[in-house]
Amino acid sequence: MAEPAAPRTPAPWNNPRIRALVFQGLALVLVLWFFWTIFQNTLTNMESRGITTGFGFLDNTAGFGILFSLIPYDEADTYGRTFIVGILNTLLVSGLGIVFATVIGFVLGVARLSNNWLIAKIALVYIEITRNIPPLLMIFFWYFAVLRTLPSPRGSLEFPGAMFLNNRGLYIPWPHPEPGFWVVGVTLIAVLVGAALLLRWSKKRQDETGVRFPAWPVSVLLVIGLPTLVFLLMGSPVTLDRPELKGFNFRGGVQLIPELISLWLALTIYTAAFIGEIVRSGIESVSHGQTEASQALGLSRGKTLRLIIIPQAMRVIIPPLTSEYLNLTKNSSLATAIGYPDLVAVFMGTTLNQTGQAVEIVAMTMAVYLSISLIISLLMNLYNRAVALKER
Amino acid sequence: MSSRDSESQVFTPRPALPPPPRTVGLAGWARQNLFSSIPNTLLTLLSAYLVWVLVPPVIDWAILSANFFGDSNDACTGEGACWVFIGQRLNFFIYGFYPDPERWRVNTVFILLALALVPQFFPMVPAKVRTWLGVFALTLYPVLAAVLLMGGLFGLPFIETSKWGGLMLTLVLSYVGIVVSLPVGTLLALGRRSGMPIIRTICVLFIELWRGVPLISVLFMASVMLPLFLPDGVNFDKLLRALIGISMFWSAYMAEVVRGGLQGIPKGQYEAAAALGLGYWKATLLVTLPQALKLVIPGIVNTFIALFKDTTLVLIIGLFDILGAVQSAIVDPAWGHVAIEGYVFAALCFWVFCFGMSQYSQGLERKLHTGHKR
Repeated sequence: MAEPAAPRTPAPWNNPRIRALVFQGLALVLVLWFFWTIFQNTLTNMESRGITTGFGFLDNTAGFGILFSLIPYDEADTYGRTFIVGILNTLLVSGLGIVFATVIGFVLGVARLSNNWLIAKIALVYIEITRNIPPLLMIFFWYFAVLRTLPSPRGSLEFPGAMFLNNRGLYIPWPHPEPGFWVVGVTLIAVLVGAALLLRWSKKRQDETGVRFPAWPVSVLLVIGLPTLVFLLMGSPVTLDRPELKGFNFRGGVQLIPELISLWLALTIYTAAFIGEIVRSGIESVSHGQTEASQALGLSRGKTLRLIIIPQAMRVIIPPLTSEYLNLTKNSSLATAIGYPDLVAVFMGTTLNQTGQAVEIVAMTMAVYLSISLIISLLMNLYNRAVALKER
Repeated sequence: MSSRDSESQVFTPRPALPPPPRTVGLAGWARQNLFSSIPNTLLTLLSAYLVWVLVPPVIDWAILSANFFGDSNDACTGEGACWVFIGQRLNFFIYGFYPDPERWRVNTVFILLALALVPQFFPMVPAKVRTWLGVFALTLYPVLAAVLLMGGLFGLPFIETSKWGGLMLTLVLSYVGIVVSLPVGTLLALGRRSGMPIIRTICVLFIELWRGVPLISVLFMASVMLPLFLPDGVNFDKLLRALIGISMFWSAYMAEVVRGGLQGIPKGQYEAAAALGLGYWKATLLVTLPQALKLVIPGIVNTFIALFKDTTLVLIIGLFDILGAVQSAIVDPAWGHVAIEGYVFAALCFWVFCFGMSQYSQGLERKLHTGHKR
């Protein structure tokens, strides 16, 4: 009588679970060993070069000037403050770039699909030229070949609205609020909140009763009209600070340095081409049946675009648009090459050279970029969740 | 009903409609595509004016009033572009400081690359030949190119990497970046989709860390921190450090592209491979990975294009790629204001490569994307 064959248990080296455990253990040991070696090497190297460690350097006096800063800064300030100045400058140029690249990109994307042959071709040529040229090259072009060769302040180019462009940058008038301006600001906020509530109420009422209320025209009128009225009633509490040529340079107004302008122009032009392509593919991804169905329902062309195509296209557009925003923010670090004082140039450049504390500074800089990336993707994910396809 | 009864029953034809506007010929085409409505006509006129303002001066500057021949700044009249400058400095832009008598080595490397890659664009070359050429380009060729460029073997004089520059350095950087980042990225993507939690975590951390920071900070790190990480006495060449930085950075991007492809394969393929008794590596290499890579060829080529453009960043850590070479040549006081000519030349070099790659990828996309397009 034969014994029933016992179920074969695989040999330990053939058991997938044991193998997985062994592989992971090996990988973990390798990675830990790798970091441990690096850690040890770094410690010995820093000791032999006399580099101190720790974040104490952040309280030391920096002693170098920064070309452009959004907050008051001078040479007597600390390294910690150079870090803040750098972050703010990075955020400034990325924010400006994101806003303008989005606007131009959407225009380009729509123009690419235009029925007008000339418009579509111009958009195509723009996109194919700009997205195949490195952004750094564009920054150099605007900075070294265009802005730096402009005349000196005495021969500035004048633009309407008291704007002056010369080799030291663009001077624009800037409004200065006077006492009492806060009333206008408070009114504006109140009106904005009121308009939002009005829109919600009218939508709810239309959903429930079908009665329409012209909420959009009314709220636009409110948002523009009421603050203007208050502004005039308060006696226009704003003075415009105009730039004027005094001696060899301009005084007053706000000076946008050429480094900022060239970085901003190059990032905008470059990223807009990519956003244009994203928008085009998003619109093309909406099936033609949707347009036909909406026309069959009798919706006008504008309403078809606003109510049917754009909401569906946004779903396709948002994820790649997010990564384009992230790319723009990361590309803003190209500022280093022309000396715009962004985070990399100020902190990873000058501060690192002066203190030599490479590990701490590189870690802090990378942490900032990682956080910016995480925050942008978080915001865009929230928006994406709001517009994503709700499957029921 | 009643109205019809009251009318007389005599048939009166309506007047004939006018003929429809022409839809063929130049006039018909212009009417349909340029002047279909009043806003459209306005847009057309506006953009035609824009083109008229912008294009003729550019053509005049670049071709009509430009100076092409000569051997110094004196040959340039200053009315148009001074292409003499590009012609005089062309060797510098291509080879950098690579010594003159050894430039045949660089040329050989260029020619070999062209021999391996150009047939890939022509479908009439047998597929087998193309495959072998591709394998050669990815394996033996880099070794051969390294020996030829660096020298120090077989009686070739040794050329330090600090003498490399120009277009040649750009191509070296991007080629190494491409050849390293594709396999490393594929491994990372496989790791990220692996069922082993520790391996997956390591891969996710690696990928997200590199993708979250700008390439400049990676290059800075490679040039400032890498020497700190290494034991005493070991020192990497500046070019090698840049190559390590670029490869690691783009591997992370490549990993995400390949992961997209792996996720696009239907689950049935994985299950079928397992049902046939294939182990993990066999199932991956024979069944899923080939399909996944084919699916994301456009994404891979786009990553290559981005990598190629971003090699310009090495000039910030002091390597002279083609943009670096142009940048150092335009400040030469022997020439007038030639910055625009220099940048236009560099832009043209990048544009040709990038546009070629993107056209190739779009062609592939059309070829692989059959049937379900409107």
